[in-house]
Formats: sequence, structure tokens, C-alpha cells
Amino acid sequence: MTYLLRRLAVFPLVLIGVSIVVFVAIRMVPGDAITAMLGTEAGLLTPAQREALAAYFGIDQPWFVQYGRWLLGLLHGNLGISSTYGKPVLDVIIERFPLTLELALLSMIIALAVGVPAGVFAATHNEKLSDLGVRVAAMIGQSTPNFVLALLIIYTLSAGFGVLPAMGEFSPLWQDPLRNLSQLILPAITLGFAFAASVTRVSRSAMLDVLSDDYVRTARSKGVSARGVIWRHALPNALIPVVTLSGIEFGYLLGGAVIVEQIYALPGLGRLVLDAILQRDYALVQGCVLFIAFNFMIVNLLVDLAYVALDPRIRLGEQ
Amino acid sequence: MIPLLSVSGLSVGFGRAPQANEVVRGVSFELADGETLAIVGESGSGKSVTALSINRLVDFGGGRITAGSIKLKRADGSVLDLTAASEPQLTRIRGAEIGMIFQEPMTSLNPVLTIGTQIEESFRLHRGLTGRQATAAAKDALDRVRIPDAARRLKYTPNQLSGGMLQRVMIATALACNPRLLIADEPTTALDVTVQAQIMALLAELKRETGMSMIFITHDIGLVAGIADKIMVMQNGQAVEQGELNQILDQPRHAYTQHLLQDVPHFASGRATRLDGSREKAPAADPALKVNDLVVRFPVKSGFFGRATGAVHAVDGVDFDLMQGETLAIVGESGSGKSTTARAVLGLVRSTRGSFSVSARKAAAGQSALPIQMVFQNPYASLNPRLAIESILAEPVIATGGRVDAAARAKMATLLKRVGLPENSLERYPHEFSGGQRQRLCIARALMLNPSVVVLDEAVSALDVSVQARVLELLVDLQREYGLAYLFISHDMAVVERIAHRIAVIYAGQIVEIGDAKSVLSAPKHAYTKKLIAAVPTIDRRREHFELDTRQVPSLVRPLGFEPVPSRWEQFGADHRVRVEA
Repeated sequence: MTYLLRRLAVFPLVLIGVSIVVFVAIRMVPGDAITAMLGTEAGLLTPAQREALAAYFGIDQPWFVQYGRWLLGLLHGNLGISSTYGKPVLDVIIERFPLTLELALLSMIIALAVGVPAGVFAATHNEKLSDLGVRVAAMIGQSTPNFVLALLIIYTLSAGFGVLPAMGEFSPLWQDPLRNLSQLILPAITLGFAFAASVTRVSRSAMLDVLSDDYVRTARSKGVSARGVIWRHALPNALIPVVTLSGIEFGYLLGGAVIVEQIYALPGLGRLVLDAILQRDYALVQGCVLFIAFNFMIVNLLVDLAYVALDPRIRLGEQ
Repeated sequence: MIPLLSVSGLSVGFGRAPQANEVVRGVSFELADGETLAIVGESGSGKSVTALSINRLVDFGGGRITAGSIKLKRADGSVLDLTAASEPQLTRIRGAEIGMIFQEPMTSLNPVLTIGTQIEESFRLHRGLTGRQATAAAKDALDRVRIPDAARRLKYTPNQLSGGMLQRVMIATALACNPRLLIADEPTTALDVTVQAQIMALLAELKRETGMSMIFITHDIGLVAGIADKIMVMQNGQAVEQGELNQILDQPRHAYTQHLLQDVPHFASGRATRLDGSREKAPAADPALKVNDLVVRFPVKSGFFGRATGAVHAVDGVDFDLMQGETLAIVGESGSGKSTTARAVLGLVRSTRGSFSVSARKAAAGQSALPIQMVFQNPYASLNPRLAIESILAEPVIATGGRVDAAARAKMATLLKRVGLPENSLERYPHEFSGGQRQRLCIARALMLNPSVVVLDEAVSALDVSVQARVLELLVDLQREYGLAYLFISHDMAVVERIAHRIAVIYAGQIVEIGDAKSVLSAPKHAYTKKLIAAVPTIDRRREHFELDTRQVPSLVRPLGFEPVPSRWEQFGADHRVRVEA
């Protein structure tokens, strides 16, 4: 419990650090919000008009004054107003986040459902032809760029079977679950493919290690069947590295998947951040990055808690 | 009368060509109901492989039975050749008819399952018990191995129990379904000597209660004197001698058995101590090392800000001195603080309090000298595998700012020759040497800087018994030649007896008894020393019954600011002091 409190106490510090870096970094990029907003017409502004606009958006002040204002707003739960959407930043993020979360979860489920059994299978058939097959497949999975895979999937389905992935307006899970799933399943497979390949490799090597451990020999000496040895005794001990990997990958996916969202025309967090950067929508970029960093920390915390659940030897926060 | 187990002409090989890589060659023996056979041998003798072939666990380690038969009389009286049995047949026999316990209880139990689950599993598999019945059976099994408070301990995971307790859990699991044969593969090697005595006592009692047969594998021929009916001695994959216990121990025929009985250190209750360099004869000189009130504490932190709320008193007020050419052995069980003492003397852990004085001998011209050097327990882990021996020996010279010049190279060559390694060793790498040779390298490395004191932390514990004897001889020779003072940390009384002039017994961070080796070993005065010495197995004590004792070492975690009461000492003889317990 004290461990949890101590971990949570670090959150604000990390978030402030992240926000300062982003705040400065995005302002060092050439170009500004006014030019980005008005495009070529920005050239028509008189210096006085431009200054008035800058004052309106608050970007005429030095960066630390801007940062102070923004931080003050944050303490009131206000992440600022997006200059492109004309809405509070938080509302824009919350609108986009369910899709990203759902996509990340689906990809992870696919990765674990495929990767763990494949890894276990390869480990228990070590050095046999079937092991080699799994390893080659995993290698291919890891080295195929996901845009290539996405295009392959779309091409095969449309050209081969005349089926098109569900396009059009995205419908959230709670409105039309079936349509939602049909929209997300292909992107999830695309993202889950490489993820599954990594999971396969990690669970294979962890399983191989564990299978030569003393307690596995003990289990066999008790008369536990081959299946019992693998699933009951070995696998729980091999899961730690799998959880570590899944946590990192899941954290990345929560930051959005720009290319896959673009190809399948999904309004996720990845495209939101990209557009915000292109539009110099400072408040939105700042809000998104902060949100992503926060998610990452939550995922890390969950991973650490999962360790404790998996392995009673791990005690958090003990020195 | 058909024997329970009859092994004939057993050969086992490994790898792709098992016939060419046989590690067990033509082993035959028989085991009657209720009998105990001890298989004695050093590492690589094939004793464990022989045992693992009986329940065919050897298959999972890449082994293949290449010849011979293993006939087991089953519960229903039929005889099954295990070399031809199918895997499903074997799964029904393992655990039900043949139980097995292993060397390392700490790693032999599944770390993520509770011990209750692991014991219940045997009942589920072979008795079909489930739910509450299985739990009740598991509790009975724990009671049987004399684990107090069994019902609560079922919910513990292995990390919450000590090594001795875990070995009992292992025994409980192996005996859950009353197998008629128990294979015990070095079951006490990883345990402290007093815990070993308890496990041996427990096995002897359980054997009487159940009438099971047992195969007991060990490298320590002294240990089996207490439990075996028959002994089989193995060397290089072959059974070189087998027979009744007394016959083997009293009239060994084979040269190797004679070697095991005579040349290997066996505990002799102080009759085999060294005769040179007793303190009484030599006039008191300046000690090579003097330690005053050494205290090492590690803070225990807790709470939100991690404040220290207590301290582990690992070493609590240790005093001793060590003369030139003398060996002081510090003996104690794991967690007693003996290694921490050694590390503190070297500065590898920071001492909380206390002072040392070390008198360095004058360094030879052009060479720097560090007065204290160390040799560690595990020769496999304490040599950098990526460095050639030359670089390994040069390291101490470089570390003290010296130059690897002709003189240093000459020193390397002399030392290598002196520790008995071939001259071409310098260009070779650690993996090309055996364990004993590696420990010789470690000794040579320690001597590169002409130390006056060498700390030997369990320096021969990881070695095979006959290698042990030779390394001990080397250490004694080197001591005489260079006038070295040894601080010899060990848990092994037999080894200590061979090398120590003086012995300090350490318990819970404090010295409880210190003095002349012969006096301490032959007439121990402190209750703990007595218990420790009584637990050491010897060839002389046959079929002795140990008493079961489940007391635990007291916790060393103390509240902040705790100071132990200063020790009062009682003097016995010229050089033998014992702490007076309040």
C-alpha cells in the first residue's frame, strides 16, 4: 500500500518534466499556429493584426509565462482550448481515446492468444522442424512493416474475396458492437501480428529456460503428465518476460498507431497527435503527450502489480 | 524372493551418439524391500545419472539407456522392466511407486505455487483426491515430516520457508503416496550441518515407520554411515565396489574406496588437527591482523519515506587476532555472519563500527603489496571467463598501480608452478581448467601481491572431496613457505579440522567460542558448539539416531539503537574462551 502511494507520488513530477520538454520542443519547431491556421492568407495579415491574434491565443508571451498559465489551468482540470477544433483539449482527447484503447486491447489479446501458445509449442518441440517453422514465422512477423501487412490484408480481401473492410464513419463499441468490431478487427490483426511475433519469441526462450529448472524435474518425479508440467508448472514461471514485453508494447499502442489508423481511416489518437503537430495546435499536442505519458505510467504500474500477482517472491518496494 | 529393484548391466549415454558418450557403464545392483543402498561417488562418477535412470527422468536431460535392464517389483507383485516402459506407464509409477528428493530444496519446489498445492498434486494424481480431502491429506503429509503448524504453512510459498523446511516439504511430497522406493539425490548437501542431521534423522524415522526402501546418493561417505545397509562406490561411470556397510567401511578392497576413506577429510573430533604453530610454543608477536569490536549492520527501511526502522545485526561485536603463519577458522551456519565478517575485513562491506590493524610485510622491491587478499567459494564464478590467465594474474598488479613487467611475469610463472599448474597456462582461459585447477588459479591470483593475510571464504566447499584434500595440502604448504596468515571461513568441520590452528565459532553475529582447534573440537564448551559438532557425520558413528530439533535461528533484525550486552567470557585452558550466556 505504501508502495502504491510512493509510486503515485512520482506521477506529477514525471508529468511536469514531460510537459516542460514538450512545451519547449514544439515551440522550437519553425512556424506558428497563426500561419498554420490561415495558410497562405497569413501573409495578408498586417503586423498589428498578427500581434492581436498572437495576444488572443496567448502566444506572444515568453514560453515560461505561457507554461505557467498552462500549468495553472491544468490544476483546474483545464488543458486549454484546441485551436483547430475550437473545443477543450480534454474533450477532443476523450472523443478519440476509446478507439485507441480498444484497438490496443484487441491487438494485445490477439498477440497473447497466438504468441504464448506458439512460443510454448516451439519450446516443447525444441530443435525439431516444427520449432524451426515457428521461429521462421516469428522472424517474418517481426520484420514485416505494418503498412505492408495492412495493404496486403486489404488487397487480399478485396481482390481475392471481394470483401471490403468496413469503412465510413467510425461507430463506437456501445453504439453498434458488431459494426465496431468489423471496423477494428483488421487493424487489430495488423498491429497484433508483429506483437504476436515478439510474444512468441520471448515466451519460447523463457519456456526453454524454465523447462530445465529443478522444480520441473521435481514435478516430473511426482508423476505429473507432460501437459501438466508445461501448463501448470512451467508456464506461470515463464510469464514474467511476456508481461514485461506486453506492457511496453501496449503502452506504445496507447499512444496511437499513426500509419495503421491512416490506412484504415480510423480517427485514433495517433492521427490526432500528427494533425495537432502539423497544425501547431500547441495546447492539443501538449495535452496529448501528457495523456500518453500518463497512460504509460499507469501501464507500467499495472505491469509491476502483475509481477507480484504472478510471482510471490517479488515484493514491491522492499530494499 | 524377488528383490524390489534389480538393476543389471545398466549403461546410459548422452547426446546424439549415446553409445559413444556413456557416463554410466554396466552398473548392476539389487535392492530388497526395506533396504537402504548408498551410492557414493564424486561429481562425474555417474551416481546421479544412475539414480535418474531408475525413474527414467534421465530421458528429459537428454540421456538414453543404451544397455541393461531395471526391473521393479510393482505393488501387485508383477515385475516391470523400466527401460522398456512407456511414458504413460512411467507417469503412473513416478510419485506413486518411486518417490524422489533432490539436492537443492530451494530450487526444487515451484516458486509460484503454494507448498499445499504442490503436496496436494501428488494426491490428486495418484489417489484421485480433490478439494478438502486433498487439503487434509496434504496437512497430514506435513505433520508426518514434523513441520509444526502445518495447516497454516500449507498456504506458504517456497520463498517463505528455510532450506531445511523446504527439504521436509520435498520429503512430504515424495512420500505422499507411500512409494515403496525413495531415491534421495544428495538431499542434505545444500543444507547446514545441524539441519542435515535433522533431515537424516527424519529420513531414518520415516523409513522405520513405512518400511520403504531407499537409494541414497552422496559424495560424503561419512554421511551414509548413519543410514545405509549397503554401499556402492562409483567412479567414472562404473561401480568399483559394493557390499555391506561395515564391510566397505572397515575392509575396503578397491583403491578408490580406500582413497575416499583415508585421504579425504573426515571429521575426527579434534584428533586430526595440525600440530605445527600452536600459540603456546611461539612467543607472542605482533598480530598480522587484529580485529576489534567489528560491527556490521544493514538498515531495515519501511514506510512512505523509507526511513530506517531497525537494523539487521549481521556481525555484532567480533574481536579476534591472527598471527603470522596461523590459520583462524571461522565456523558457523548460513546466516551466522561469518562471510560478512570476512567481507568487512576486506572492506567489501562497510563496517558500522570497529577497527582493524593489519601489519603489512615489506613489499619486494618494485612491487606494491596489499596486505589482505581473498579467495572466494565458487571458482567457476570468480574468474572472468573472457580474460586469459595472464590477464587474470596481472589484474591485482594493475589494480594497485603496478606495471606488468618482467618481474611480475616471473612472479606469475613461479606462482603457477608453485600451485601445480602447467607452464603453458598463461595463454589459456578459465574454462579450460577443472574446478580444482581454477581454485589453484584463484590462490595464485591472491598471492600475486605478497599478502600477509589471505581470507579464504569457503574456498574448498565447491570442490570434489578428493580435490578438496589436495587443495588443502597446497594451502598448508604455501602457508609454511610464505608465512601466510589465513582467515578460513567454512561451515565444514572436517575441512576446518585439517587446516585450522584456532577456531572461532560464530552464531547469530557473535563469537560464542574461540580457541585452540584441538581444544574446541575435542572438548566444546558452548551449547551451540556442542550441537554443531554433534551434528557432523563421521564414519565412527554408525546407525546413530539424531534427535529432531525444530528450533530456528533467532531473528537478527533489531530495533534502532539496540546494543547487545557486552559479552562475558570464561577461560578454559591456555587458549580457549567461551562466551557466558545470560
